[in-house]
Amino acid sequence: MSSREAILNSIRGIHRDLKPLPDVPSFGIKSDLVKDFTTSLIGNKAEVMDSSAFEFWLKSSGMNRVFSAIPEYKSYSTVTLPKDPHDLENLELAILEGQFGVAENGAIWLDDNQLPHRAMPFITEHLVLIVPKGHLVENMHQAYQKIGKDHAGFGLFIAGPSKTADIEQSLVIGAHGAKSLRVVLV
Amino acid sequence: MSHPQAAAEFLKDQAKAKWHDETLWFVRDKRDRISKTIPEWEDLRNLASEIKDHTLSRLDFYLEEFEKNALKNGIQVHWAKDAEEHNRIVLGILQKKDCKAIVKSKSILTEECHLNPYLEKNGVEVVDTDLGERIVQFLHQPPSHIVLPAIHLKKGEISELFHEKLHTEKGNEDPTYLTQAARIHLREKFLQARVAITGVNFGVAETGEFVVCTNEGNADMGVHLAHVHIACMGIEKLIPRRSDLGVFLRLLARSATGQPVTNYNSHFRSPSPGKEIHVILVDNGRTAQLAREKFRNSLKCIRCGACMNTCPIYRRSGGYSYGSTVPGPIGSILSPGLDMKKHSTLPFASTLCGSCSDVCPVKINIHEQLYEWRQEITKTHGELGKSLSMKVASGIFKSPLAYKISGSLMRSALKNLPKSLIYHPINSWGKGRNLPETPELSFKEWYKRNRS
Repeated sequence: MSSREAILNSIRGIHRDLKPLPDVPSFGIKSDLVKDFTTSLIGNKAEVMDSSAFEFWLKSSGMNRVFSAIPEYKSYSTVTLPKDPHDLENLELAILEGQFGVAENGAIWLDDNQLPHRAMPFITEHLVLIVPKGHLVENMHQAYQKIGKDHAGFGLFIAGPSKTADIEQSLVIGAHGAKSLRVVLV
Repeated sequence: MSHPQAAAEFLKDQAKAKWHDETLWFVRDKRDRISKTIPEWEDLRNLASEIKDHTLSRLDFYLEEFEKNALKNGIQVHWAKDAEEHNRIVLGILQKKDCKAIVKSKSILTEECHLNPYLEKNGVEVVDTDLGERIVQFLHQPPSHIVLPAIHLKKGEISELFHEKLHTEKGNEDPTYLTQAARIHLREKFLQARVAITGVNFGVAETGEFVVCTNEGNADMGVHLAHVHIACMGIEKLIPRRSDLGVFLRLLARSATGQPVTNYNSHFRSPSPGKEIHVILVDNGRTAQLAREKFRNSLKCIRCGACMNTCPIYRRSGGYSYGSTVPGPIGSILSPGLDMKKHSTLPFASTLCGSCSDVCPVKINIHEQLYEWRQEITKTHGELGKSLSMKVASGIFKSPLAYKISGSLMRSALKNLPKSLIYHPINSWGKGRNLPETPELSFKEWYKRNRS
């Protein structure tokens, strides 16, 4: 007997009463989505700005190796997309689009459609996500309603820069992934 | 070593033990504060508990659903009945790829299976990439907490260690400086690894996808650069629907560290073109626990660590005192199921105060199960010292005369006997505790004098 059959058979041999699966309500109370989203992101050590502040920052940032997946900022791209993500090793800044944001925790959803390489938001030294103000939801229940049955090979919520507190619980930003996250609300 | 012996070892460094206690209480406090900002917090705990109860009641069905959908997505699915088979499957995949070095993000399951020593014995270099896990790996130690692996270490110790291993400046204890050194060291490992291993936080039966949560981004750095991703998953990690993730992701990070969500929450459904994802579904004692009705719902655990942070015993005895992969209250109800003899003292490492059950995001009745395990263990192993004293006590309580005499004897004995006799090593109760002041009279004598 294969281990698969052995495991399934031993489960089937255990008497269990069927317990009901509850429906999950969407909860949520009408709130100021932009304000809550911004507060959450700042709490997660991200920065939030509008597009003019972002462009001002971008021009003065002195970043040399930039990749933008967004046509509007293509003129700032200095790096052409490599075939192998390892070649993004020295990327300083990636500008990507977020599909939508979640006000309760600052999480931003992206999937393969926004990611030229799945490694990009992690391997880049700094990350910028552009999120339309009209694409905000209150909480994670509404977020999964929005994702619905979408079928992407990979999707993720990003809620802040890479961080750790593994040394004496002292918060340090920039563990392995992006050292900063800027969210541009448009 | 029994839990009390190991705890005594931990308590030798009193300043560090105090720091450990206060730091974990701080994390518990953060969890309290953030949970109070969600009006539906208790509803979420109920929902999470019911979803997990339901899943366990149809676990065979959901495992098959998960497998069917994962296969459809191009994920390769393996089944392992125990740790040994799990380790063999991992090694098999590595050998097929002729791979001699891997990166691994946090996975309590692979700790439980002792995967690292197994792979190392077979010539594979394993690099744990979570910062805390890398620190304890350098020290050849297991994690002392499932969410905060290096919480038993002070920055001075980590600074010394990094000076030796990563050639950081001697005496530089700045956490930012030390983290940066680890970032540079681990980035090299990420760029070289062709196979990456992760754990699994949630497996979704409906879609055949699985979710991995980190703050550091180390799981993603590993898997997206590697050619092969191996995800090791206990069979109890399943949930039925994608929408259930909304409930669990709201609870997990808030319960674990008091933050609203982990910074990276990755949903893996299909490999990138030309790459591979393998999922290993592991039993290793889980079906046996499912069969124990009283202890079944310990399998609802989502490994947030909240019960450890709140536990007055864990905070004051440290993770290593438990001698099991998962320490703390939840570990004390899971581990006896794996090896009752080895872990026989763990269910007694509790005051039964119930704080663990109060903070548990999936509402496991941890303290009640601790009490149940005590009874199982006493039935099987007995407890010589206590059973003898209980027999004596039972004799005394049966006879009013014996009770009266022994009462007055005890009152004078406790007052007049030298302290060294009362706080004797044989009387383990006297360790760390003071006896109460003895009254002059018994209640009966007092009543006669004052009320009659």
